[in-house]
Amino acid sequence: MLTIIFLTVVLLYIIGFYYLITTRNLIRILIALEVLTKGLVLMLIYVGKVTEQMATAQTMVITLIIIEVVILAVAAGIIINIFNRTDSLDTRKIFRKNK
Amino acid sequence: MNNTVLYIFLGLLVVSALLTVMIKNTLKAVIALACTSVILTIIMFIMGAPLAAIFELSVCAGLVTAIFASTISLTDNPTDEESAEKNKKRLSRYVFLPIIIVVIIGIMFITKPALDFTWFTNTVAEDTLQNTIWHVRNLDIAGQIVVILAGVFGIVTLLKERSKK
Repeated sequence: MLTIIFLTVVLLYIIGFYYLITTRNLIRILIALEVLTKGLVLMLIYVGKVTEQMATAQTMVITLIIIEVVILAVAAGIIINIFNRTDSLDTRKIFRKNK
Repeated sequence: MNNTVLYIFLGLLVVSALLTVMIKNTLKAVIALACTSVILTIIMFIMGAPLAAIFELSVCAGLVTAIFASTISLTDNPTDEESAEKNKKRLSRYVFLPIIIVVIIGIMFITKPALDFTWFTNTVAEDTLQNTIWHVRNLDIAGQIVVILAGVFGIVTLLKERSKK
């Protein structure tokens, strides 16, 4: 059965993936990952509600959020390092400079 | 009534996500992302997940926004010429987005994927959240501690000064 919540999740996935593919700014790639994660969180809560196992779903969401923040912090550090070395956040310019 | 409010917030969530990806200024996009987090928090409250909602609100709308803002402030903005050049190409980038959305949702309506999650339900009665976190899934806590430590060491390694150079 298709529900509106599932359609919302699919829309968030499409928006996130499309932006991830089309953008060339490193910070915006991280923003696209965040949008994808929002869809995943909504999906987990939806499944928890459908299966009446909301406690398990909530623990999984908490784990997901913690992993997401750690990945984001490390990625931000990498981006700052890349900017300090190449003076650019554009993936094409960084590729050209490292060629 | 409750469902109507939920549907309104789901619509707002999609609009906010679209704004996040379409706003030109990166800092404003990050603020739109925080708004998306707040709307998702309200949806989670309505669906009956208050603890995860509080985590989402404090971490994703607060901490993540702070990390993004500091990253943006540590990396310079492009010059006006560069941003004007990008602005011309920017909108043409989203031409295919509505087409892809229509095609995928059309395929979903035609194929109607079976969202049957009942095969793993109700083998045991639902536990309390407290018991689930600390007893049923206590290995998750250990994993989270390891992930946080790995993140801390990763950031320290990335941002430390290279004294020998």
